[in-house]
Amino acid sequence: MTVDVDGRRVISVAGHKCPRGEKYATQEVEAPMRTLTTAVLTRGLELKMLPVRTNKPIPKEKLLAAMDAVKRITLTSPVKTGSVIAENFLGLGADLIATRDLGKKSPATNH
Amino acid sequence: MTKRELVIVGGGPAGMAAALAAKESGVRDILLLERDQHLGGILNQCIHPGFGLHRFKAELTGPEYADRFIKMVKDSPEIQVSLRSFVVKLTGDKKISYLKPGALEEIEAGAIILATGCRERTREMIPIPGSRPAGIYPAGLAQKMINMEGWIPGKEAVIVGSGDIGLIMARRMVLEGMKVKAVIEIQKTSRGLVRNVVQCLEDYGIPLYLSHKITKIYGANRVEKVGVVEVDENFNEKPGTGFELSCDTVLISVGLIPENELLEMAGAAIDRVTNTPVGPEVNLTSIPGIFACGNAAKVYDLVDWVSRDSEKAGKMAAEYLGGKAL
Repeated sequence: MTVDVDGRRVISVAGHKCPRGEKYATQEVEAPMRTLTTAVLTRGLELKMLPVRTNKPIPKEKLLAAMDAVKRITLTSPVKTGSVIAENFLGLGADLIATRDLGKKSPATNH
Repeated sequence: MTKRELVIVGGGPAGMAAALAAKESGVRDILLLERDQHLGGILNQCIHPGFGLHRFKAELTGPEYADRFIKMVKDSPEIQVSLRSFVVKLTGDKKISYLKPGALEEIEAGAIILATGCRERTREMIPIPGSRPAGIYPAGLAQKMINMEGWIPGKEAVIVGSGDIGLIMARRMVLEGMKVKAVIEIQKTSRGLVRNVVQCLEDYGIPLYLSHKITKIYGANRVEKVGVVEVDENFNEKPGTGFELSCDTVLISVGLIPENELLEMAGAAIDRVTNTPVGPEVNLTSIPGIFACGNAAKVYDLVDWVSRDSEKAGKMAAEYLGGKAL
């Protein structure tokens, strides 16, 4: 696939094999986006960490700032897959959501 | 000793797909044994996206992919799940013993499916000279530490091997505030997917040294640095190309090896090179009625294919049980 660019602006895309290719190439050159997947600390739940992701891609250059915000979160209530952990995360228009169910720590569980 | 129709060892993607397929094929008494306290297996620590594109036509994270199967298993009264259950013995006539909190259980099974997955190849399986300081981890162990236990393994890392787990961990460590100095790959091309080279290394400016190898790990108590050298097409060191990288952590990402000790204990034939069962086709072992699926049968790249092939194992076990009953 060939992308003709002027600075950071796409002029034309050639050689892509499906319609998504042109859209992706343009996005990737002009404003690359990534889905952030990471884990947040928990307290009083079954596992020490809850895996999370943004429910849509966010600008690539915001990933490290997003991680700083993730590190300030401690989750204390049980969640289901898809539960929103932080709404409109960092004002980027994407929610941070849980990617698994996580219940309260049972007294019998020793870890 | 109690009798069960079908016992499946391992509650990861392979074991769950096999259990569900066996149920669909008419098996009504299925016991699924899992040593961890949750179903899902290795998917639980694979929190990055990229799973399920073939199976569900959606890009899921590992836990999300597992979640879809866990819900189907929980909705199946034919499948009894026993967590924190560790199999310690398997015989050729399908007697299985397992430990669970407070008990040793013994079962005579009509059929058995082993879905025990892989373990990681370690530093000891590739020649890296040097001392044995702290700070050297198989990449998947580091993944579990960071993603599930919330521990950061060090401050500055070098990754040996460019398999997908190593690439994914490069990005993961950078996001968690570590510095990743380099990925060292002895082959001429990366072993991982192109998208992982782009999104895990290039996005973060992490150098990938192809046709390079680690010559030595230095350090007394903790890793201090590694020696790196370029190699030619025969993997011989090129004189004058050596350099050193300071780091306190080395991740080893050099592949997986199937975990088949139970099958071996039962007296089945094992291929000594790949550590996989020897059988007439995938999912079969040399013992009738004992099946293997998922990464225990062969090392897969994509979980989607693990699910697909493990369903065949569940169906095979159902057919075996049906035929035997006749």
